[in-house]
Amino acid sequence: MPNLVNTILVIVLALNLFALGNSRLMSVIRIVSAQGVLLGLLPLVMHGHITIAALLAAGVGIILKAIIIPSMMLRALRDADIKREVEPLIGFLPSIILGALATGFSLLFVTLPGLADEAAVSLVIPTSFATVLVGFILLTTRYKAISQVVGYLVLENGIFIFGLLLVEALPLVVEMGVLLDLFVGIFVISIIVNHINAAFSSLDTRHLVSLKE
Amino acid sequence: MSLALAVTGTLLVVLSGLPGLLLAKWPRTGQVLSAVLCGLGSLVGLAGAFAALSGVGSADLSFPWLAVGGAWLRLDALSAFFLVPIYLVAALGSLYGLGYWPQSRQAGQAVYLQIFWGLLVGGMALLVLARQGMAFLFGWELMALSAFFLVSTDSERIECRNAGWIYLLATHVCTLTLFVLFVYWRSLTGSFEFSAPAAGRLTTLSTGLLFTLCLLGFGMKAGLMPLHFWLPGAHAVAPSHVSAMMSGVLLTMGVYGFLRMVFLLGPLPPVWGGLVLAAGLASALIGIVLAANQSDLKRLLAYSSVENVGIIFSGIGLAMLGRWFGQPRWVLFGLGGALLHVWNHAGFKPLLFFAAGGVLHAAGTRDLDRLGGLAKHMPFSAALFALGAIAACALPPLNGFISEFILYHGFLEALGDGGKLMALVAVPIIAIVGAVAIVAFVKAFGGGFLGLPRSPAAAVAHEAPLAMRLPMAVLAVVCLLIGLFPDLVLPMLERAMLVLSPAVAGRVRADSFLPPFRLRLVVGLFLAISSLMALWLAGRRRQALAAGTWDCGYARPDSRMQYTASSFSQAFSRVFTWLVRVVTKRPAALPVFPLRAAMDSKVPEPVLDGVLYPAAGRVQDRLVRLRRFQHGLIQSYVLYVLVALFILLATLIPFGRIAELLFPRL
Repeated sequence: MPNLVNTILVIVLALNLFALGNSRLMSVIRIVSAQGVLLGLLPLVMHGHITIAALLAAGVGIILKAIIIPSMMLRALRDADIKREVEPLIGFLPSIILGALATGFSLLFVTLPGLADEAAVSLVIPTSFATVLVGFILLTTRYKAISQVVGYLVLENGIFIFGLLLVEALPLVVEMGVLLDLFVGIFVISIIVNHINAAFSSLDTRHLVSLKE
Repeated sequence: MSLALAVTGTLLVVLSGLPGLLLAKWPRTGQVLSAVLCGLGSLVGLAGAFAALSGVGSADLSFPWLAVGGAWLRLDALSAFFLVPIYLVAALGSLYGLGYWPQSRQAGQAVYLQIFWGLLVGGMALLVLARQGMAFLFGWELMALSAFFLVSTDSERIECRNAGWIYLLATHVCTLTLFVLFVYWRSLTGSFEFSAPAAGRLTTLSTGLLFTLCLLGFGMKAGLMPLHFWLPGAHAVAPSHVSAMMSGVLLTMGVYGFLRMVFLLGPLPPVWGGLVLAAGLASALIGIVLAANQSDLKRLLAYSSVENVGIIFSGIGLAMLGRWFGQPRWVLFGLGGALLHVWNHAGFKPLLFFAAGGVLHAAGTRDLDRLGGLAKHMPFSAALFALGAIAACALPPLNGFISEFILYHGFLEALGDGGKLMALVAVPIIAIVGAVAIVAFVKAFGGGFLGLPRSPAAAVAHEAPLAMRLPMAVLAVVCLLIGLFPDLVLPMLERAMLVLSPAVAGRVRADSFLPPFRLRLVVGLFLAISSLMALWLAGRRRQALAAGTWDCGYARPDSRMQYTASSFSQAFSRVFTWLVRVVTKRPAALPVFPLRAAMDSKVPEPVLDGVLYPAAGRVQDRLVRLRRFQHGLIQSYVLYVLVALFILLATLIPFGRIAELLFPRL
């Protein structure tokens, strides 16, 4: 199945760049939820056979990342009633170039000491690193609180891909723990979004500077 | 068996906050159920502790956890000895809370108090039962954090928040030191377990390092000078039963940890024993002088705790020196005095804090210069405060006398056994400490309870409710019981000492350990007769005419013309200006027609105000340039993480292989 896995991973990488280059918040959220669905499918195709652990990881992952969290964000977006545009620190083209550079950088890790036997799915580690880095780029270059949530989501996707390498070796608990963290984090951020909106009448995190001591 | 009882009791106490939380609609019932659960758990726990103290053995309790390994909990006599005060004050404190912080009036805070009260007790019990570093740290951190939440219960007041933060800072320093200690312990001995390391595992250097870590971490929790700086503020602002728990029990957790670890290290060179002795004596002396200078009732009691911890540590120092020099009698008296003082202090200090809480409850202030005349309205609290004060001054026939007598005895023994220098320094210092303690407590009692009320609130004070009086009565009985019949606790004390030092076996009876019975009888009779006479005199005076005293020629004498507590101690504090600084703000020279003027004096905390605040200010000035990196912009903070991640990842890049691929060897 390596071909199928690698195809999915390439789509994930492409979605990363889409997320960086899109100017509409709604579309970015949809792109990231599509990424969530793809990643949810990965554990099923990864090892050639289906285990209960893989099924659980896939099910919970898809439900959370593709349905619950995006709908929470869309709702926050609707409630906040703001301009639905991404406000980037740097332009969209530079963002994409940065993302491409990060992807290239990650390809340097095609093999890692200790994980060499997974060579069949050689794109897994680079995709994971690239996705984490893209998550960071989204986090650092976007001003709206909602885009921050998207950044965290992409970041978690990267961690999820890395976790796939270990899903047989490591208990499912770890992945579930990460998901729980993410869920709680996003839950909290959704609340914060409402508060920022109420206090500053906008979702721009730059206003938070005034809270600095 | 005994361990099972202790664990069951602890679990019950830990859960005791829940009824108050769940029955929020019926606050009175909820709180009563909480107190009942806490009391029940404490009774079960006490049964376990006393069973262990009377020699009932018990199996270990262990949990499978590979990384930590080994037995987790064991109940030996030393653990049981320290468990007794925990459960005693836990039960009495939650009873006290019924009257002091009723849920029917301050619902949220009362529930919060009860929950963290249970957790605090659970943490302390866990750390005392723990047999290895990790379990100990769990308990320690649980205790430290719940105490933080308890101290800052009244977080709307700024002094509460400040005291809470300083406490949190100090307690984190403790915990970090202990982390280093246990990790280092593991690297030296191969496990986290508290058992004597195999011979040859420890060098002089590593022993010294372990000892220093123990002294820092445990000493700070115990409130040893100069690490006591967090203590007065926290004890003053916490709810009174929390102050009682912290002062009477929580501080001694530091003593417990110190004893447990240091006695595993084997006989330590005299420089360490001497250091403990010196630190103990310094704490005792400076602590009590500071206490005598305070005009805040609860701060005064807090500094007196520093003094008592100092006395305990000077006993431990004597025992450590005795171990090195092969003098079992020094170990016997030093350790015995120290351990018994732990119990005694856990008897009279909570009693004093409970009474002080009654005062605060009734008159709304802790300031001795605004109190006065409370004995008339709250005779019960006044009498029990006096009893506790007598115990704290180490006067017969109360319990403080017994333990300090044992210590005196130990130092005087040392005088003959070649410890002349030590005895000649220690005995006078302890004597001075005793004398100053009397000044401090006369000031506290006289300023608070005697004379005329100095503020309207003090004039209308009322006696504490029954729920608050009952715990005081129980503690008073404990103080009297140990004071009059110390033979009762002797077997338990001996078992606890045997855990630490087998050298004392059989010596407790042989070496006339306790003050002789005849002495206690004579002194007790003398005091009983003199107090009866005083009562008789006081009763006779009541028949005298009520008339104004000589009014110094003033037309309208006022209760504010009385000597205040501060003026009482002023003459005394002048003697000790070389030790403790008093800052007095006097009004400038008065013009011919005096204007309104005020004078004010206060005693800055020598370590906190004298050293730490200025030092922290200077560090902050130095670090101001780093503030540039703290914009408050979330994005840039994430960027810092990203940069760190990049650097870490870059170390993984197989540069060698890439170079080989790009430039194949020709």
